[in-house]
Amino acid sequence: MAYRLLAALLCIILLTGCGKGRTGEEFEGRRIINIAGSTSVMPFTEKLAEHFMLEKPTYIVNVQAGGSTAGIQACMNKTVDIGMSSRELKPDEKTLSEITICLDGIAIAVHPDNPVKALSLAQVRDIFSGKITNWKQLGWLDRRIDAVTREEGSGTRGAFEELVMPKDMIDDAIMVQDSNGSVKEVVATDPYAIGYLSLGMVDERVAAIAIEGVKPNVEAIKKKQYKIVRPFLYLTMGQPDKHARAFIDYVLSKTGQLILQKEGLIPAHEAR
Amino acid sequence: MRPVKAVIKERIIKQILTAFAFSSLLFLFLIFAFILIEGLPLFYKVGVQNIIFGMKWAPTRGFFGIFPMIVSSFLVTFGALVIGGPLGLGCAVYLAEYAGRRQRTVLKPALELLAGIPSVVYGFLGVLYIVPFIRIFFGGSGFSLLATSIVLGIMILPTVISISYDALMSVPRSYREGALAMGSTKWQATWRVVIPAAKSGILASCILGMGRAVGETMAVIMVAGNALKIPGGLLDPLRTLTSNIALELAYANGDHRMGLFSTGVVLLSIIMVLNYFANVVIKRNMSK
Amino acid sequence: MRINPRLTDSFVRYFLNAQAMFTVGILIIIIFIIFIKGIGSCSLSFMLTYPEDMGRHGGIFPAVIGTLFLVVLSILFATPLGLGTAIYLTEYTKESRLTTIIRFGVESLAGIPSIIYGLFGFIFFVIKLRMGWSLLAGSLTLTIMILPTIIRTSEEAIKAVPRNLRMVSYSLGATKWETTVKVVLPSAAPGILTGIMLSIGRAVGETAAVIFTMGSSLRLPTSLMESGRTMAVHFYILAREGISMEKAYATALVLVASILAINIFAYYMMNKVTSKYS
Repeated sequence: MAYRLLAALLCIILLTGCGKGRTGEEFEGRRIINIAGSTSVMPFTEKLAEHFMLEKPTYIVNVQAGGSTAGIQACMNKTVDIGMSSRELKPDEKTLSEITICLDGIAIAVHPDNPVKALSLAQVRDIFSGKITNWKQLGWLDRRIDAVTREEGSGTRGAFEELVMPKDMIDDAIMVQDSNGSVKEVVATDPYAIGYLSLGMVDERVAAIAIEGVKPNVEAIKKKQYKIVRPFLYLTMGQPDKHARAFIDYVLSKTGQLILQKEGLIPAHEAR
Repeated sequence: MRPVKAVIKERIIKQILTAFAFSSLLFLFLIFAFILIEGLPLFYKVGVQNIIFGMKWAPTRGFFGIFPMIVSSFLVTFGALVIGGPLGLGCAVYLAEYAGRRQRTVLKPALELLAGIPSVVYGFLGVLYIVPFIRIFFGGSGFSLLATSIVLGIMILPTVISISYDALMSVPRSYREGALAMGSTKWQATWRVVIPAAKSGILASCILGMGRAVGETMAVIMVAGNALKIPGGLLDPLRTLTSNIALELAYANGDHRMGLFSTGVVLLSIIMVLNYFANVVIKRNMSK
Repeated sequence: MRINPRLTDSFVRYFLNAQAMFTVGILIIIIFIIFIKGIGSCSLSFMLTYPEDMGRHGGIFPAVIGTLFLVVLSILFATPLGLGTAIYLTEYTKESRLTTIIRFGVESLAGIPSIIYGLFGFIFFVIKLRMGWSLLAGSLTLTIMILPTIIRTSEEAIKAVPRNLRMVSYSLGATKWETTVKVVLPSAAPGILTGIMLSIGRAVGETAAVIFTMGSSLRLPTSLMESGRTMAVHFYILAREGISMEKAYATALVLVASILAINIFAYYMMNKVTSKYS
């Protein structure tokens, strides 16, 4: 009867599916590597994973978001092979092994039609702490600044706060979006918006402004002139095992670093 | 006398069905239990008043005040009701009193289809069309109380319409016929007799609409701006209790996560109160 | 000055009509926009190809499968539970304190917002029961969410079955269970199916509860414990991150079209039921 059919279906589904896909396990003979963490690092890890899986089809790389803090936690709980972070580790997180895969600048961006092309660090600080609220205070028209920040717990926000405004808090009246992409969307569509995002995400839809006279680009970061920079970290609990190591080596290899460079990131060896 | 086997089988089946029936209660209990288990400790640790009346939300620094979000949740709910209430009621009255049979069979399902559209689609269209519209014609960034109220107002329409419609339809024909027989126009009859008779059902529809608005998450995150301050005006961005949870849940742990569950506790309480009032109002209607 | 009440009457008639038309107009505009903007990128191959570059190119196949698996599982879990509850409430007990309490439970579940389900599913299934972000966690959470709908509609459908049908069955010597299964349920089937369809529609469009329990992995979920995306989640991410407006619209089109089709089918079923008994 119908019930027996249902029961049979249920059994089949349950049998084909339990417990596979977990960290370090096999699936159809392919090794799975689970990576989770920063939403800033994720798209680049995805790209690397795509290429890596083409080169080494014996691997499946599973990339999830969750945020830098979540990635760090997941790493500590050993629920993932590699955690991704877009900010430096805090002292109590230093039990993890960290590998810098590249550097990323944080760009302060405005709408392409915005005439304001350069600001001082102090001005940026004042905008985000709520002291400067109108564009006329920055030499443009009389219009409220639509500032956007990332949410608490974001690695990008953590890095931004540390590097730009270590002593002030981001103002409560400022809008919050929960990813680089959505910050970019707001800035790209609102002529009066300003926000910070990963330099690697900047394209022609937004304009990254010069800070302290330095335009944010790869060259300026390499020359250590543009200072708002944070490392993208891969974290493992203890030394990475053979398979995680395979992926990490790929990322650190010439091919891997080239892929990152094409995306607008700065290769790891510049971190010295 | 039935064979013993059949009697035992019947008994077992009854037990299974009973267990199934109690599963709803079990799930309800689990949900409340876990939300409370995760959310209450923070109330003890930090102090109830610091959470519910605290003005600052900065959980990584020890601030767990959600008062601005409570206010914002109420504001968007009220705004949604202002926009969706009269419109919904008007539609319900039209459907119940004025629409012909053919119109009704087409309109009613159409209006209920609005309920089927996912909230993310509402939010998406809100961001693409309503937010820029507000920014260009009214000011501000567009991500605002106004935008959220409009989107939520549209989203609660199906709830308000269908429940008000049911309330209006359950008013006995004799009421209408009596009024018309005494020489009133249709509108006079509707306005002075039918609607007052359906009053509690209509009220219930509004309360349930409020419940829907207060619990909505995805659409709100997309159009509200998510700023932490109490909005100073219609054009200011705001953050609701629901957005708070959804924005930070994936990234939070430790006290931060507890804070989000505490937000959940407050949200759940508000919804339960609203549902309770709706039920009371409906019961009053039934007993009439 | 007194306004002629007949004038008011005509005015009101047009005003109310306008309100109804306006509201339907909103629905039409929504569907229209999604259709026009989405049809360009949407096609059968769109639904069957894998996404590339985080969804910027390619299709939404994993999301389609993810949605399918999630919904099928949820219905599989919820239907026996919900139907069983409805049968219990209508056939096996009289109205009593017990049934009032159970009904209260069901109604309360119905009122809980989806983000709370997300919170609960996250802490209970994903964390405490260690399922991780997975199809299983997602479907179990959705099961509880759609349970009230299935219970409500099934109850109504079963109640609508005329008493004499049952009486005849009993008089022929059938047990309660036999009667229920062989007489009542087949008769109530269209109504029950309506409830299931409506629940499917809800589950397909659900995002808040799903994203925190099933996760958002782009890969095709091949087992119960794997994470995956539903179309609604994929659409949300595409739209928020501004990854690709075209793909977002196309996904929205598939999403809205499927939900509309499901709901329209449900209404068709419901009309068959009401016309059967009127």
